[in-house]
Amino acid sequence: MIEVKNIYKSFNGKSVLKDINVTFEKGKTNLIIGESGSGKTVLLKTMVGLFHPDSGSVIYEGRNFSNMKFEERKEIRKEIGMLFQGGALFDSLTVEENVMFPLGMFTNMTLAEQKDRADFCLERVNLQTAHKLFPAEISGGMKKRVAIARAIAASPKYLFCDEPNSGLDPKTSILIDNLIYELTEELNITTVVITHDMNSVMEIGDNISFLYKGEINWQGHREEIMRTDSVELNNFVYASEFMKKLKQSLSHHGY
Amino acid sequence: MNWFFHIGRYYIMMVRVFSKPEKWSIYRNQFVKEIDNLGIGSLGIVLIISVFMGAVITIQSAFGFESPWIPLYAVGVASRDSIILEFSPTIVSLILAGKVGSNIASEIGTMKVTEQIDALEIMGINSKAYLILPKIVAAVFINPFLIVISMFLSLLGGLIGGTMTGAVTSYQFIYGIQYDFRPYNVTYALIKTLFFAFIITSVSAYHGYYTQGGALEVGKSSTNAVVYSSIVILLFNFILTQILLS
Repeated sequence: MIEVKNIYKSFNGKSVLKDINVTFEKGKTNLIIGESGSGKTVLLKTMVGLFHPDSGSVIYEGRNFSNMKFEERKEIRKEIGMLFQGGALFDSLTVEENVMFPLGMFTNMTLAEQKDRADFCLERVNLQTAHKLFPAEISGGMKKRVAIARAIAASPKYLFCDEPNSGLDPKTSILIDNLIYELTEELNITTVVITHDMNSVMEIGDNISFLYKGEINWQGHREEIMRTDSVELNNFVYASEFMKKLKQSLSHHGY
Repeated sequence: MNWFFHIGRYYIMMVRVFSKPEKWSIYRNQFVKEIDNLGIGSLGIVLIISVFMGAVITIQSAFGFESPWIPLYAVGVASRDSIILEFSPTIVSLILAGKVGSNIASEIGTMKVTEQIDALEIMGINSKAYLILPKIVAAVFINPFLIVISMFLSLLGGLIGGTMTGAVTSYQFIYGIQYDFRPYNVTYALIKTLFFAFIITSVSAYHGYYTQGGALEVGKSSTNAVVYSSIVILLFNFILTQILLS
């Protein structure tokens, strides 16, 4: 479980996060949704320590991450896996070496054991034939899958995903969403996903937090989101003509 | 004010660069890769520039010494001193600042803007040490060898160029480069080389590491890396010359 308490963050005097209080539950796919510029990525980067909050704290299973020094943070960071928007794979390493990288750095595994683990993780994300390819030689969807394999290689307790579907076609997006959802249940980890893709929200959103202008505007399950009273969330969810028609159709049939 | 900001941030970066590595074996592998990348990869350009510049320095020296009162072996003496004291340690280092410096800044800068450095940090890796320390150690280790090779090749170029153009005979040139030879000059050149290697790698890495934006900013960082490392090399060349030769 991750608790975010009273987080404030501003850049050059401009307030981006205002008194954020939210809990991300273990074994569930926790989604942070919101419009572009609402502060989703800033919140995620603050949670993993890439940004320092102006005030407030991020607590990992009772351990206050925000108050820790660099060396103390290392221990928690070893428990974190992260999937970046662009994958952030190391260009100079092959797919297999990318997945083996955290194992070589932080475990005492032999090279053969590292290769076995990389094989397992790559197989888990359905990438059995790309081991010796470099990131520049694979597609966007494959990069995302390699990044997921790398994120889970060192058996993390927490998985963070920054817009895992960006730049992907709808079919690949659903594959990635399902993979994240299955891994969360399978490994019993706390997963936090940033997205503004309504497909993802409806597919995998166990615990959804809607961020609006730097504040948590609404929280709930994916089944509750269609019936929300929040005007801002309704504007976000029903922004497209398709969703508006879908809502009218559902209302017409008494949902 | 801006200069103070950069010097302070550079200092803080260097403190992190020289902190204890997570795993020595990984750093050792990186060090070997950087020796190949920064050192062996620069041999070609050092070879070409040294041979031709050695020849040009010898011909220019001969042109300046066209007097019956100056013995012809003085061409060898002047060429040797120019090459050992200034050309090989300073000019070759400036050329390496262009080649190696832009390479380091663009590599690290690209890693920064594509969030690869964030990925390292989130894994709990000290990205500054992991990316920069092996480059500094490799350059400080390999550059003296490059400079000694450059000295040898420049003198060889001087011999070939001088004799081919008739500016000097091979006997007089070889006699000249041995005449009143001071081994301290080589020591002085190698001390300068160590400082310059450190400057090239650390200043370029600094510009790469603090890149913000996209491809355009990576290009700017690369240019700044070459410009600023060259300026710092020239500044330290003056200071070290004053300290070591005065």
